[in-house]
This record gives sequence, structure tokens and C-alpha cells, in this order.
Amino acid sequence: MTALAKVSGASFRLRRPGRAALLVGGILTAVLVGVALLSLVWTPEDPARMRILQKLKGPLVSGLLGTDHLGRDVASMLMRGAFNSLTTAFAAVGLGAVLGTLAGVAAAARAGFDAVLMRICDALFALPPILSAIMLGALLGPGALTAIVAIGVFMIPVFARVTRGAAMQIWARDYIMAARMAGKGTARITLEHVLPNIAGQVIVQVTIQLAMAILTEAGLSFLGLGLPPPAPTWGRMLAESQTYMLQAPHLALAPGLAIAAAVLGLNLLGDGLAARLDPRRRQAS
Amino acid sequence: MLRHLLRRAAGFAVTFLLISVLVFCMMEIVPGDPASAMLGTSATPETLAALRAQMGLDAPAAIRYLRWLGGLATGDMGVSFTYGVPVGGLIRERLAVTLPLTGLAVLLAVGIALPLGVTAAARPGGVADGAATLYAQAGIAVPNFWIGLLLIMVVALGLGWLPAGGFPGWDQPAAALRALLLPALALAIPQSAVLTRVTRASVVEVMNEDFVRTARAKGASVSRALWRHAVPNALVPVITMLGLQISFLIGGAVLVENVFTLPGMGRLAWQALAQRDLIVIQNVVMVFATIVIVVNLGVDLLYTVVDPRLRRRA
Repeated sequence: MTALAKVSGASFRLRRPGRAALLVGGILTAVLVGVALLSLVWTPEDPARMRILQKLKGPLVSGLLGTDHLGRDVASMLMRGAFNSLTTAFAAVGLGAVLGTLAGVAAAARAGFDAVLMRICDALFALPPILSAIMLGALLGPGALTAIVAIGVFMIPVFARVTRGAAMQIWARDYIMAARMAGKGTARITLEHVLPNIAGQVIVQVTIQLAMAILTEAGLSFLGLGLPPPAPTWGRMLAESQTYMLQAPHLALAPGLAIAAAVLGLNLLGDGLAARLDPRRRQAS
Repeated sequence: MLRHLLRRAAGFAVTFLLISVLVFCMMEIVPGDPASAMLGTSATPETLAALRAQMGLDAPAAIRYLRWLGGLATGDMGVSFTYGVPVGGLIRERLAVTLPLTGLAVLLAVGIALPLGVTAAARPGGVADGAATLYAQAGIAVPNFWIGLLLIMVVALGLGWLPAGGFPGWDQPAAALRALLLPALALAIPQSAVLTRVTRASVVEVMNEDFVRTARAKGASVSRALWRHAVPNALVPVITMLGLQISFLIGGAVLVENVFTLPGMGRLAWQALAQRDLIVIQNVVMVFATIVIVVNLGVDLLYTVVDPRLRRRA
């Protein structure tokens, strides 16, 4: 067993799971998703509109959260940034979850596949998303696809490990034996019995990995490896704030707080869900 | 024990080879020829062919892959197109910043997390426990590069206590350490949050075990039962997490080095991308990945030292 396999996902999550985590996490996540969707139809200003005369204004002097070095409205950029950040994170986690879950259930179903898969997982896990993104950046250029693939590929081993462990437990159950005796094949048992029974754990993992994806996407955007301008991203807003730290410190505060709130919300939600959906956690609590 | 070591070493070799094939293939399909990039558009086909032959680019991919692997082992990784110096030397120079930076970050993270996690575990549900849980939740949610920006704003620019960026070199050890302190702290805070949570959970679990109860029944004080009996037995998950975090630490180093303009490996990789210095990217990524798998191998072996139960099983 490798190091990755020895730490269960539980270690990343809240200690006291339950209703409070679910509630606070749910509210924060709902606000995040709500703001992201709202930004598609309404923002206080056009997030790309530059008003040089209004540049570097403080919060409430011009707009709710002030303006940046090009006079763009920070609140509007944050709102659209939420959408950009969430869509990249969803796509990356979707990629990781689908491929990882497929690999995990396949490994649990066929022992011969298991060793090979775990080695590939070790290899993928040894490449931090930022390094993959730098390589992909050389290949594809910076952009959403680079960010999505770099983050998603790093998540494949995470999902593969979680689903493999969970699926192996299901395969050991009596009803699987009954299904086998009823003449069902491996693929059908996986589809009808294994996948529905591990869905809860996959959902919990998706929520937690969304938080990780938002953090990583912000890092990639900070380095200029995420969505290209003029699309506002939280990471690039932070990168641009560096030059104006003394004149306009608010530029560095708002996007950082937005990232922290989004990650906190998803982590709490994941923990609250784990207490309800993950059988190991249900037994523990 | 020997069988366990051999199995681990074989696993390491397979993972290393898989990553090297992946990295080599990815850089292989990147459009653009290094030789023509060096010579520019005005080069004649003959000069181009000569340089390609000189750089070994005319050999089949498999041969170039094997040459590259050999070069990795000997430190001969080719010459950087932008810097005009051997990549091996460049990487050694930059590792002298990145390794101490990550090492210091690990020390700080453990230094924060161990006391915090153990104090929280001493009285679950107490004030310290609440504070530690809050710290852990908040610490995991904040990006390290943002912490870096805030530290620059407050500690460097506001209070003027430490430098806001740059690196003076190791010939001035005190100044070099001062330059690494804030970036290491930025890296350490999120890691310490994760470690605090793991330490707390692990110590709470061990404190409920029979041998700790026996120690208490025999008259050991709470703090002796905690530090002498519970903590050493609770270290395996903490060490595991430290091993897993190396991947995140390295990703974080790329970001934090850029925030603090530190001439480390992460900044080298990022600049190499901007300059399309593919040979540097390829080797930096491979060296980073090797560090990750070596650390994980080390952690695997460390278990057997830390936990006698695993030693017997192995």
C-alpha cells in the first residue's frame, strides 16, 4: 500500500461533521453558485469595462468594492470570476471523477488490472497540477483547457483510490455473490450494484475536490496559466493587485476572501454530506 | 524487511519510468524545433541540420529518451536555450533555494501543527480544540500565494521586519534565511492546517486506546500520557500526510517563489514556459516529480521505523 492509500479522505475533512457543517457549507456554496449564475445576467457594471479616470478607487467610493488599475469594477469582476472559477473547477473535477471512478471500479472488479492502475495513479499523483499545467501550457498555450486538464488529471488518482477501496468492500458482500449466482456478469454487477452503492462516497469526494480545484485554478490563473484576459479570474485579480499593494490594498483582499469563502463552503458541505452519505463516517459518528 | 524494501524500490522504479515516459512524450509533441528556435528564421537548412545533429535531435525518439534518462542520472541534462548554460547546473543552483524553502516550510508547519493538534486533542470539545478546528478550517481554505501577498503587505511593507522578496544568496546565510522566512510561512500555514487536523484526530484516537488508559491508571499524568504514550503512537498518519503534502508543497513553491521573486525551481519552470525553453521545463518537471516519489518512498520506509507493528508485518 502506498502513502496515498493510507490516508483516507476523512483526514481532509471536518472533525465534527453534521448539521452545522452542512448548513454553513450549503449556504456558502449556494451563495457562490447563485452569484456565479447571477453574473451571467446581471453585474453592477460590465466587468470588462475600463474607466481609467476612475482607476484604483476604494470600496464604496466607486462601486461596492472599488475599482482596479484599469478602472474596472471589482465587485463585477469578482462575480464573473466566481462563474469562471466554478466552471473550470466543475469541468476539472468532472474529468477526474469520471475517469478516476471508471478506473477505480475496474481495478476493484479485476485484480489483474489493479497493480497496473495503482502504479499509474502513483505516477499521475507525483505531478502537481501546476507542473502539468506548465507542460500543457507549452503544448496548448495557457487557457481554460490547460487548467481543466492539468487539475483533472491530478484528480484521477484521488477518485480512483476512493472508488477502488469502496468498490472492493461492496464486492465482498453476500448480495454480490447472489448476483453472481444469478448469472450476472462483472460489468452488470458493477453497474447495478457497485456504482449505486458507492455513489454517496463519490458525491462527497466531488464536493471536496471542487474546493481543491478552485484553489488550484486560482493558483494557475495567478501564474497566467488559466483563462486568458479579459475574462476576470480571482487568481489573476490577485496577480494584478501585487503592483498596487500600497495604493490599493483592497484589490488584494477581495479576491482572496472570495477564494477562501468558496473553498471553506465546499469543504464544509463535503463534510456535512460525508456524515450523511459516507457509510464509514455514518458508523463513526 | 528486505523483501519489503525491494518491493518498494521496484515500485519506485516503475513510477519513475512511467513519469519519465509521460514527460518525454508530452514535450515531444510540443510544436517547434529547439534548433530552429535557437537559430531563428534566417538559418540555412545546412546550419539547421548541423545544429540538430550536434544537439542529438536527429536521433530516433527512443534513443533520445534513453540518452535523456542517462543524462538525468549523470546530471548532464543538456543546455538551456535561453540561459546558454547547462541545465544540470541551473537546476542545482535553483534547488539551493527551493529545497531549503520547502524544508523550512515543513519545519514551520510541523512546529505549528503538532502543539496545536495535541493541545486540541488533550481536551476534545474544549476551547483549544475549538480554536484549532477553526484554524484548520480557515487555513485549508486560504491560498498560499494570497497569504504570501498579505505577509508582504503587513510584515514586509507595513512593519518592515523582513524583506518583501528577492534572495541574496547563501554566501550571506543570515540574510538568506531572512529572505526565506516569509515565503516559507506562506507555504507552511495551509500545510499546518491540514496537519493540525490529522494530528488532532490521530491523537484523540490513540488516547482512547487501552495502553494509554493503563498508563493513566498506573499514575501517569495527562501530559505524560499524551506526550510520552499517545503522541509517538499517533505519528503514522501525521507522517503519511507530510509525505502526501510534498506534492502540494512543490506546487505551492512555484506560486510562492513567484510572489516573492525567489530564484528557485518553481520560478525557473515558470520563466522557462514564458521563454519556451522546453529542455528546462522537461528537466525541472522530472526533477520535481522525482522529489515527490523519493519523499513518498522515504515516508513508506519511515513507517517501519516509527511504527513497530508495521515493521513486524513487513
